[in-house]
Amino acid sequence: MARFLKRRETLLFLIIALMVAGFATRAAGFASPDNLGRIFNDTAILIILALAQMVVILTKAIDLSVAANLAFTGMAIAMVNAAFPAVPLPVLVLAAIAIGAALGAINGFLVWRLEIPPIVVTLGTLTIYRGMAFVLSGGAWVNAHQMTPTFLDVPRSVVLGLPVLSWCAIAVVVFIAALLRYSPFGRAAYAAGGNPVAAVYAGINVGRTRYLAFVLSGALAGLSSYLWVSRYAVAYVDIANGFELDSVAACVIGGVAIAGGVGTVVGTVLGALFLGVIKNALPVIGISPFTQMAISGSVIILAVLFNARRERTRGRIILRDRAAAPRSQELAA
Amino acid sequence: MNATIQKPLTAEAAANGAPILEMRGISQVFPGVRALDGVSIALYPGQVTALIGENGAGKSTLVKILTGIYRPTEGEILIDGKPVRFATAQGAVDHGVTAIHQETVLFDELTVAENIFLGHAPRGRFGRIDWGQMKARAADLLASLEAPIDPDIRLKDLSIAQRHLVAIARALSIEARIVIMDEPTAALSRKEIDDLFRIVENLKASGKAVLFISHKFDEVYEIAENFVVFRDGRSVGAGRLKETPQDAIVRLMVGRDVKDAFPKIAVTPGAPVLEVKRYTHPTEFRDISFTLHKGEILGVYGLIGAGRSELAQALFGITRPSGGSLALEGRDVTIASPRDAIAAGIVYVPEERGRHGLALPMPIYQNMTLPSLARTSRQGFLRASEEFALARTYAERLDLRAAALSVPVGTLSGGNQQKVVIGKWLATKPKVIILDEPTKGIDIGSKAAVHGFISELAAEGLSIIMISSELPEVLGMADRVMVMKEGLMAGLFDRDGLTPETLVRAATGNA
Amino acid sequence: MTQTIPDAQAHGSTATRRAIPDRLGTPIARILRRWEVLLFGVAVVIFIANALASPYFLNIWNLSDATFNFTEKALIAFAMALLVISGEIDLSVAAIIALASTAMGAAAQAGFGTAALLAIGLSVGLGCGLVNGLLVSAMKLPSIVVTIGTMSLYRGISYIVLGDKAYGNYPDSFAFFGQGYVLGPISFELMLFAGFAILFAILLHATNFGRQVFVIGNNDFAARFSGIPVERVKFILFLLTGLMSGIAAICLTSRLGSTRPSIAQGWELEVVTMVVLGGVSILGGAGTIGGVVIAAFVMGLVTFGLGLLNVPGIVMSIFIGLLLIVTIALPIVAGRIKAMSRQ
Repeated sequence: MARFLKRRETLLFLIIALMVAGFATRAAGFASPDNLGRIFNDTAILIILALAQMVVILTKAIDLSVAANLAFTGMAIAMVNAAFPAVPLPVLVLAAIAIGAALGAINGFLVWRLEIPPIVVTLGTLTIYRGMAFVLSGGAWVNAHQMTPTFLDVPRSVVLGLPVLSWCAIAVVVFIAALLRYSPFGRAAYAAGGNPVAAVYAGINVGRTRYLAFVLSGALAGLSSYLWVSRYAVAYVDIANGFELDSVAACVIGGVAIAGGVGTVVGTVLGALFLGVIKNALPVIGISPFTQMAISGSVIILAVLFNARRERTRGRIILRDRAAAPRSQELAA
Repeated sequence: MNATIQKPLTAEAAANGAPILEMRGISQVFPGVRALDGVSIALYPGQVTALIGENGAGKSTLVKILTGIYRPTEGEILIDGKPVRFATAQGAVDHGVTAIHQETVLFDELTVAENIFLGHAPRGRFGRIDWGQMKARAADLLASLEAPIDPDIRLKDLSIAQRHLVAIARALSIEARIVIMDEPTAALSRKEIDDLFRIVENLKASGKAVLFISHKFDEVYEIAENFVVFRDGRSVGAGRLKETPQDAIVRLMVGRDVKDAFPKIAVTPGAPVLEVKRYTHPTEFRDISFTLHKGEILGVYGLIGAGRSELAQALFGITRPSGGSLALEGRDVTIASPRDAIAAGIVYVPEERGRHGLALPMPIYQNMTLPSLARTSRQGFLRASEEFALARTYAERLDLRAAALSVPVGTLSGGNQQKVVIGKWLATKPKVIILDEPTKGIDIGSKAAVHGFISELAAEGLSIIMISSELPEVLGMADRVMVMKEGLMAGLFDRDGLTPETLVRAATGNA
Repeated sequence: MTQTIPDAQAHGSTATRRAIPDRLGTPIARILRRWEVLLFGVAVVIFIANALASPYFLNIWNLSDATFNFTEKALIAFAMALLVISGEIDLSVAAIIALASTAMGAAAQAGFGTAALLAIGLSVGLGCGLVNGLLVSAMKLPSIVVTIGTMSLYRGISYIVLGDKAYGNYPDSFAFFGQGYVLGPISFELMLFAGFAILFAILLHATNFGRQVFVIGNNDFAARFSGIPVERVKFILFLLTGLMSGIAAICLTSRLGSTRPSIAQGWELEVVTMVVLGGVSILGGAGTIGGVVIAAFVMGLVTFGLGLLNVPGIVMSIFIGLLLIVTIALPIVAGRIKAMSRQ
């Protein structure tokens, strides 16, 4: 129990609950199930992108191009939808995932094969992908009236009390959680980020693991691009501008170590929800939405401070009595 | 001698039956270095083959080839007579090769069970990782090693010795036919070594081939049947241990007769220089007390992970002690940073030269003048001529071999790199110099030079703390020897009448 | 070399040794192998290409105009180069410009004079650098995340203050810093650029401090183990980067004559690109100010040339992104090919 309380996830959950309770005193109905559902739905895309970011960060890399990827891919499928309304939605969604994965693969290739630092690669591709969205569209917008009703309606339609958009996020959460816990790739991601040298000895191809993480991150950005364009019913060059930072922020708040190898799905989801609650609360309690950026920034800094305090290196433990005591009765069992 | 180099392999084959694994004419070439030059080695089922050689002889390169980390430039590897190639580390595992490494390279943030099974975890339906089975098998393995470690605990909460046991469990978790043990006993106590040897006997009984790398001859003779000796990247001899006396192996290993390799100049230690009283660190060492005199060499002996380097780093201000006191020439001093230490006259030559001692891509002279910049510069501005002059002085004094003082330190050999580190500290005119494994990874020729030099320094009145894992070095060089075991002082011995057995007993706790 | 180091003399050994030369090769050979020479060649090629592509290019006033494309970014790039060489990075520089510019705008609105505006711009820059420096060096946090955080924070404060509005009423005398000319076609900004280029070159290449920056970037451990106050050096570098961002904010605000919270958006990327293009290793430990100076010209010429060809800004950013990746990838690919052909 004491262990459970000490865990980052529990703490974060309590903070979010307190925040919701606090906002509810200022604005009646903030804590109502309906509103909480709305907040979750509003945060769904951030949850997906944050998980994408988390997998990449686990492998000791970072993907700053997720939002630009989203913008380009979203523009591409919105234009296809506008030009060829007959193309069925599943094809469009699969195309979005494929385009996103391809852009992610470019990042991954540069990191894996050319060994260029991930931050440099994705800083570069961040501008390139967004620039490509401009080249593709010539700067024009794709507006709601140009999109087909199916394209716009599916994420909004309610199934079992939740919009499809929310279900998409839930599906991604379950998928990533299972992937990280039960697949060799998932364990390799933790190992490759936690100790790249040891990972090589353990038979793990660190570069390839990172590459796959980038592909996965790109694919999820592709999926998000459809959800985003459909939700906001518009595609233009600047959509999701700066959203890559929100995805990093959600991870950092959720306890993902920027140095790699440490992080949980639950933590990251809570990190995203933390930001989602704040974003939704600001207008309700009468604070200008312009403060959101500063709040995100402060929260990132506080979260990094908090993470660092927790992870202060203790050096090697040499004195026998300072190592964790074995629980021999469990061993006997 | 040449005839005895190649022959024994075939002669052995006749005596031992067919080898499981054979390496023929293996060479490994790196830019500018031929790490292995046509070596051959054969491992037989149910037998232990000891690989013997000095640091830098090519042993670890061979291990890296056998475990699939390096791909050899030339030569072939045969398993059961069939040629194989290990494309990756996993490829080696797939061919039944497993290794216990010198350094326990594992994952701090993962659990013990996963550290054991990472890369070959038991799988359930749909290929998913079966955590329940993984934990159960980990618990079994640890129990068979008589290691009371909870498989669910994170590795970062274990002690060094416990980590080592996890590393052994990992190697045994692979259904391997060939087990490589790279200095497996370096961090173990006598009891743990006995346990390990029992495991090795079991491996032998089940028909596995073991490659045992060690430079402790008593262990080699105790556990191994065959031997191969490497020198300078070549295999210079092989045979049966039973028929080969130790001095013959030493001769092969060193390439000549080893006589008095330690030119220790007799010095009468003078007044106390450094007094350490009950120095204590929260997790690394406790209650260390000794007095170092002028011109004295104090050896510090112990197993890997006994806390020797940690003590040295605390004395040098890298880490902060949680208790105890220091006095330098009778005055109490507080050392909170390396700056304080250097100012007080205590300097430290770290064990890992490349990682802690040098900026390898930077020129020799810039490395040398680093702690002395205040002297070579004027009002904060660099003066290249002064820097070259200072660097030249110590380069010449240490007989440094380099193409120019402006070449990167990384291009030098290990011995010459060590000279740069020592030179850099001598330039600060210290009172106490702490040498951490001063001849680790240095070829035999440079070793003698480094020893001679250390001796000279002591004779000139410098006080020296010399951490070493090599018994001959400690016995040959030190005036007194402090032994550490698991972060505690396990004894302080005078040079006179000191035997290797005494030190080993103190270090491993063999009553 | 006549000076003596007394203690060394005392230890003099009798063995005869072969003398080690200070340096290898001739000075000219050493210079020709450098990245800067290659980059300079690139600059020349782009210059000629521009001259051929547009008849307006080879006009002294146009060229002078072109320098505004890079001078402000380059001012930050000088400090950023030191920071990157030391193994850290500051992604908040553009946000510092926004905050400093907002502060100056607010002060101008309140009727403060030019001198006060300068003081405010500089101190906001310094203050932001101080916060970054404290977080990275005192709290020992990773600079990349910290400055992503402060980047949101600093620009976020600008948004809180300005929202969708803008400041505009700057005093006339304030215009000089971004629009003034010192001598003929040589602008004040160009003078500033040249002056700081020299200052930073001296700081990095000719002082103990610069040496320490290189050592920290090459091997943080070895630096610490040699008694270098690593944290203090990094702290100073963050201060310096903040200060240079403040100076850039003054120039940019003065040149534009107005402040929006989105001012200098995305500049952090261009500054980092300039630094890396200039041959500074993103992994730390290597680089020169000379390289950054040439890189500034290259980027300025590319942007200016594309501008003359009416290429929109966002498409130019594709070129910048490609330039960043290609300049890092090229030496790696070339090295691989060289290594393969040797075998």
